[in-house]
Amino acid sequence: MDEEYDVILLGTGLKECVLAGLLGVAGKKILHMDRNKYYGGESASMTPLEDLYSKFNMSPPPTDTGRGRDWNVDLIPKFLMANGLLVKLLIHTGVTRYLEFKCIEGSYVYKGQKIHKVPADEREALSSSLMGLFEKRRFRNLLVWINDYDEKDPKTYKDVPPNTRMIDAFKKFGLDQDTIDFTGHALALHSDDDYLEKPALETIKRIKLYSESLARYGKSPYLYPLYGLGELPQGFARLSAIYGGTYMLDKPADEIVYENGVVVGVRSGDQVARCKAVICDPSYAQDKVKKVGQVIRAICLLRHPVSVGTNASPGSIQIIIPQKQVQRHNDIYVCCMAQTNMVTPKDWYVALVSTTVETNNPEAEIRPGLALLEPIYQKFVSVSDLYEPIEDGTTSRLFISSSYDATTHFESTCIDILDVYRRYMGEPFDFSKVTRGLDADDNQEGAQ
Amino acid sequence: MTSNNRQTSNNSNANRSPVNGQSARTCQFKMVLLGESAVGKSSLVLRFVRGQFHEYQESTIGAAFLTQTVSVDDTTVKLELWDTAGQERYHSLAPMYYRGAQAAIVVYDITNADTFSRAKVWVKELQRQAAPNIVIALAGNKADLAAKRQIEVVDAQTYADENGLIFMETSAKTAMNVNDIFMAIAKKLPKNQDSSSGRTGNNGPSITVDRPGNSRAAGSDGGCCAGTK
Repeated sequence: MDEEYDVILLGTGLKECVLAGLLGVAGKKILHMDRNKYYGGESASMTPLEDLYSKFNMSPPPTDTGRGRDWNVDLIPKFLMANGLLVKLLIHTGVTRYLEFKCIEGSYVYKGQKIHKVPADEREALSSSLMGLFEKRRFRNLLVWINDYDEKDPKTYKDVPPNTRMIDAFKKFGLDQDTIDFTGHALALHSDDDYLEKPALETIKRIKLYSESLARYGKSPYLYPLYGLGELPQGFARLSAIYGGTYMLDKPADEIVYENGVVVGVRSGDQVARCKAVICDPSYAQDKVKKVGQVIRAICLLRHPVSVGTNASPGSIQIIIPQKQVQRHNDIYVCCMAQTNMVTPKDWYVALVSTTVETNNPEAEIRPGLALLEPIYQKFVSVSDLYEPIEDGTTSRLFISSSYDATTHFESTCIDILDVYRRYMGEPFDFSKVTRGLDADDNQEGAQ
Repeated sequence: MTSNNRQTSNNSNANRSPVNGQSARTCQFKMVLLGESAVGKSSLVLRFVRGQFHEYQESTIGAAFLTQTVSVDDTTVKLELWDTAGQERYHSLAPMYYRGAQAAIVVYDITNADTFSRAKVWVKELQRQAAPNIVIALAGNKADLAAKRQIEVVDAQTYADENGLIFMETSAKTAMNVNDIFMAIAKKLPKNQDSSSGRTGNNGPSITVDRPGNSRAAGSDGGCCAGTK
């Protein structure tokens, strides 16, 4: 600790670990600390199961839950879009070589007390139970239009320029309210309806991301790492370590030390590690962040897969409950993983229900999600405050990431990562500059 | 300082390309290195993979995923060698490091008794965290410095026998027993298809995220014994 570092990172959540990896590759000298004795912070996967029970101040799990080490329980539910930003970062950094993924088997949406498979292409749309015959045609026309839409080619606009309000774009295709709901929430993955008043281009891009992601591996657009999401921060931490980053777990950060308003170090016990900048999650700089909302998450252990009606239940699944279906402002997300994802023992399932908190009785808000999971063997409910930094850090050299939001995938997480990177480096991250990929074999590089 | 006895050829595709032709079958294994800082983990790997030795090897930077292929009988055994990347220094090795490891070399320095006690802790850690059938070798490195020896061969041998470990004293500097210990592990690894096909076991194919346009399910190639199906 008695050296001087370019950056000290506090907390080994996914955001801080990706940044440690990117900055390590960029040649920065890094010290990365975490107060916990495990990697991942808020975005850890708890293992063994005993650690999850003790985190929630409960006595050890009953013996029928099997071997504790067979469990890897995510604290925050999210998926990777197969064609999304996190996958790009994984490929560009070569971290993908440490990980294996599986496709989430089913993508479903809740409508009229039932769950339906999300139709993602024209063919599926025509056989979907979500819409009547004429509506299917209109929906198909919308998908074809989006698929062809090219920002740079006005001919593809079909009279809907990029800055048209999305609600007007929907009207042009004559879609009814239910179809608008699942298109905006289950394909474009908006979590509320604010997007309807915003330019259509944003939603068009999101639907393209969904369908391109779906095209990669087939069953759904979502990827999920074997052994849980906690593998992601570990993989990026390894990248950072390979580039010389120093890792200390179980190391409290007692104080961020300033001189003239600028960060100069971090104190742990009676040691001070000196540095030119600190990057941390909000929990390490509570006086420099503001609360912007709350998320409720319920982790549920199940002895059965989530039922999808008549069809055989997929082991891994996402169900989106669009806000209008349950008279809310924000969607409720349900996901479930199983032994095939290496996160539970055989015949066990772990499901998470989450949403942005809107009332002072958050547990009541997620009831429609929990109802899809009954009977629930054990439930762990947490309500987390969401924080954002007060300042961008360019003056103080203290760069704080935002809390993990309620969204169901990592796109907003990556946007925040790239934003912290830009604030720290003074220039945006350039994907084309990173050469380390699958083509770069470690054998050709070598330690010196 | 550098002796370059043997140039190994490693092209960038070797890691992922399917087995060609009908010749020998290929099995791929993940092998991890463990041991205290400065016992010579990276030096052993660099000696084995590149035939190189650096007297003043710096702490591991930039290389932590080397591969080396050896032949055992009619089988090509591809070893994917994971270095700790220094994360052992403050007891901050991630669980990911142990996952799916089918072999491990636990290294100590024969001139430093502390590193031998720590090696025993690493063996316990492997028995706790890694797969039950993992092949573990104990390497007493820096055997060229026998004059400063603090750990007797017989003590290490007894410990290894009691715990079912392969044991050899090695020297990354002189190359003594370096190839031998890797070969001994390669011989002991199970070459049947079920036990050596990576992390997923029999749980269906997984996806290796790859460059756009290259997407495919892992397990269809590059896995164990692809040539024998």
